[in-house]
Amino acid sequence: MIDRYKAIQAILGRIDPDDLVLSTTGMISREVFVTHDRPGNFYMIGSMGLLSAFGLGLALQYPRQKIYILEGDGSALMSLGTLPLIATESPSNLFHIILDNEAYESTGAQPSITSKVDLSEIAKSSGYPHVAKVTDLEALEDALSECDTNLGPHLILVKSGIAPVGGIPRIPYLPTEIKDRFKDYVQSSARCPDSLGIESL
Amino acid sequence: MDSVTFWDVLKSRGLSFFSGVPDSTFGEAYNFMVQDPEIRYVPAVREDVALGVASAAYFAGGLGGVIMQNSGIGNIVNPLTSFNLMYKIPALLVVGWRGYGGPPNDAPEHWIMGVKTPEIFDLLGVPYQIMEPDSLESDLDSLLVRINEEAVPGALIVRSGMIS
Repeated sequence: MIDRYKAIQAILGRIDPDDLVLSTTGMISREVFVTHDRPGNFYMIGSMGLLSAFGLGLALQYPRQKIYILEGDGSALMSLGTLPLIATESPSNLFHIILDNEAYESTGAQPSITSKVDLSEIAKSSGYPHVAKVTDLEALEDALSECDTNLGPHLILVKSGIAPVGGIPRIPYLPTEIKDRFKDYVQSSARCPDSLGIESL
Repeated sequence: MDSVTFWDVLKSRGLSFFSGVPDSTFGEAYNFMVQDPEIRYVPAVREDVALGVASAAYFAGGLGGVIMQNSGIGNIVNPLTSFNLMYKIPALLVVGWRGYGGPPNDAPEHWIMGVKTPEIFDLLGVPYQIMEPDSLESDLDSLLVRINEEAVPGALIVRSGMIS
């Protein structure tokens, strides 16, 4: 088991300035905020389960930019149908990371069903070309490195323990502030959307 | 209105990124869209997923579209209230209006949503236009003005038989 907070630190330690990081509802976004707040982060503070769909859309709009989705097992379970949709659309620039602590930790650590359900197997059968399941920090680092030599979309299932970290604040920005700075960041980066497979209109 | 004209009107307003779930209301127009090389379409598994995917277009300076049946409105209430309306992320919902006029029109599963469709959008504060083929361009333009000015999703509601 990996402490989720340490997993988030390891993942964020690898991102380049151009990369976009999307994080899901609850503690994951708050821990991303505390670890490395930046305008290229989008904190999905509501709409649990929607993050991976939004990430898919962004990955298709910005095919040359790396898109990281950081969500929990509860969020992934809530929109399980998005896994085969991502695999079918198959954007190679999508890094889908599920931080699986087998619980709804943000609401009081009520158990989820992933102690019995292996989301990495669902990702494999959905057709993700690169799937890794990791249970320690070293394996997580290895899996992140393997993304460089494997075609995406990537799915890394991080089995993490319930390890509440005290003193993590709520994200202080208004939702429109989160959106505006993210949108400005995306559009100001040099990598314009250009290969949606659409003929110019 | 024929399918080609319908999509030409939407494309001429810069709409080229769609996601959705099919509805018989759109008939052949759905197949036209899927085969149109000028449109990138993502066949979603649910309407909320479609809205999440389509919303990304706004971050690339465009406007995404969602194709859906009004039965799916229930699936998008959560993303509307705690994603699009909260963050102010616009999108165009193209909604097939099953059960228009209520019973005995259409199948029983559409009766209640058929009557409630405009009321739900009113309740949520989502602007909408009911498509009339004769005035599609001006109606759509006024809807797009509201979508852009208020930075909210808006709905184009399409009754059966409007597009052939």
